[in-house]
Amino acid sequence: MHQTKIEVRDFNFFYGDQRALKDIELDIYNNKVLGIIGPSGCGKSTFLRSINRMNDTIAGARVNGTMLIDGQNIFSEKMDVVELRRKVGMVFQKSNPFPKSIFDNVAYGLRVNGRKDKAYIEHKVEESLKDAALWEEVEDRLSVSAFDLSGGQQQRLCIARALAIEPEVLLMDEPASALDPTATAKVEELIQELKKKYTIVIVTHNMQQAARISDYTAFFMLGELIEYNETQKIFTNPEKKITEEYITGRFG
Amino acid sequence: MNKKKVTEQLGFWVLRLCVGITGLILLIILFDIVTKGIGKVSWRFLVESPRNGMTEGGIFPAIVGTFLVTMLTAVFAVPLGMGCAVYLNEYADDNVFTRIIRMSIRNLSGVPSIVYGLFGVVLFVQMMRIGTCVLAAGLTLGLMTLPWVITASEEALKNVPQSYRNGALALGATRWQAIRSNVLPYSISGMLTGTILGLARAAGETAPILFTGAAFFLPFLPKSPFEQFMALPYHLYIMVTQHHSLETARPIAYATALVLIALICSMNMFAVILRYKLRKQKKE
Ligand SMILES: Nc1ncnc2c1ncn2[C@@H]1O[C@H](COP(=O)(O)OP(=O)(O)OP(=O)(O)O)[C@@H](O)[C@H]1O
Ligand SMILES: [Mg+2]
Repeated sequence: MHQTKIEVRDFNFFYGDQRALKDIELDIYNNKVLGIIGPSGCGKSTFLRSINRMNDTIAGARVNGTMLIDGQNIFSEKMDVVELRRKVGMVFQKSNPFPKSIFDNVAYGLRVNGRKDKAYIEHKVEESLKDAALWEEVEDRLSVSAFDLSGGQQQRLCIARALAIEPEVLLMDEPASALDPTATAKVEELIQELKKKYTIVIVTHNMQQAARISDYTAFFMLGELIEYNETQKIFTNPEKKITEEYITGRFG
Repeated sequence: MNKKKVTEQLGFWVLRLCVGITGLILLIILFDIVTKGIGKVSWRFLVESPRNGMTEGGIFPAIVGTFLVTMLTAVFAVPLGMGCAVYLNEYADDNVFTRIIRMSIRNLSGVPSIVYGLFGVVLFVQMMRIGTCVLAAGLTLGLMTLPWVITASEEALKNVPQSYRNGALALGATRWQAIRSNVLPYSISGMLTGTILGLARAAGETAPILFTGAAFFLPFLPKSPFEQFMALPYHLYIMVTQHHSLETARPIAYATALVLIALICSMNMFAVILRYKLRKQKKE
């Protein structure tokens, strides 16, 4: 069996009175890619943001149940949220570059984590930008504002920014939604490369992409985990009819 | 169709009239003060002390006094107010308690300045035994300016997109790191602009300094924060209402008003330029 990185049991999430996640149970394995699919509004982003506790900032948000990372309860009082977020990186659904230069965007995570060594930062920025398939487009203008980049470039910049701090788990919320086919292919390639070192959870609306890149797939609907299995099984022989309908596009 | 057009035109004209009337009133006031005051304003008027029972000489001590007391106001109100705004907007939860605090701050900015003046006398002059002096007046004006600084700073902080904060937190920044590197740099121009406008207002106030430290006439400049001082708005008030020979004092009063308006206008201009500069800098 694979080694479990994150263990989710009986997990519920509430926005005030609205229950956005219902009794979720699944394991996220080390060095594997978990793909999350499901119709809009089913709670994919909510689930992702729970793992690095970015939902903490939302007023009225509440959880119950357990979510463990390396056996430690993510929602326990003892959990150091800053430490957790260093370990669990995130690429947001809406790309959110900072109004800083391209270089400073990628270096941001290193700097707040106390890295001062200039040579190291420069090296890491270059490496991260290369990994995110952006380096060639920006190498001669690292000091211009990130806002001058196109939408797709900004998205890759945000990927590079998350990679720079070498998280153990990488959460990606539709990282390829604004990318052209070439860049998408590069990011998918990157994910295959990254899973050697990291654990990856990726939300996607693109079924082919989910089938191509993920080892496991979880299908969410209306806050419930409908089906969770190896990607191959989900896509060739799903247990539930509704899963089949969704992935073949005959849904609704 | 035609009727719609007529109504539209009519609406525009009413709005134009509003702007016109407001502008005209302002212009008349300015014109009156400038024409009657400009003759008296000279270099010597600015750098000399009043002489001969304040019928001759200049207003130098009043200029210096207003400058000093405004500096003290800033030293007191700016760090406190900005810190307060950062706490309220970035750290505090939105609950009944913080809502009451917010509402109180909004209400405080509407309290008449004479009330602050009385409060200053009781708190600083009497209870804290500071006496009537630059410090007591500065603190009183500071209290009055505080709600303005807080409100303006909070507005500026609210204008920073949430994604700047979340993006930083998700990269393992602490809340303070996120604030310092991703919130303050993008709100400081708004905070400063609002603050300077608040200070400009404080510089022109009479009531809060009336009982807390402003003096009728002083031949010397204050040598420490514990001495009394002359101030432009108070000097103006005296020249208009309390002088033994109001007729002789009238031109001096107008000239003082002109200097006061010029001072406040230049502070406001400074705020506008500062905001422009910082905005440009941010874009680069
Ligand atoms: N900040 C919030 N406050 C209140 N309700 C929210 C908030 N964010 C999401 N929700 C609600 O929670 C549910 C799940 O939202 P979520 O963003 O997780 O969906 P999603 O699966 O990521 O959808 P999409 O594919 O459109 O991104 C939705 O009903 C949404 O309205
Ligand atoms: Mg989403």
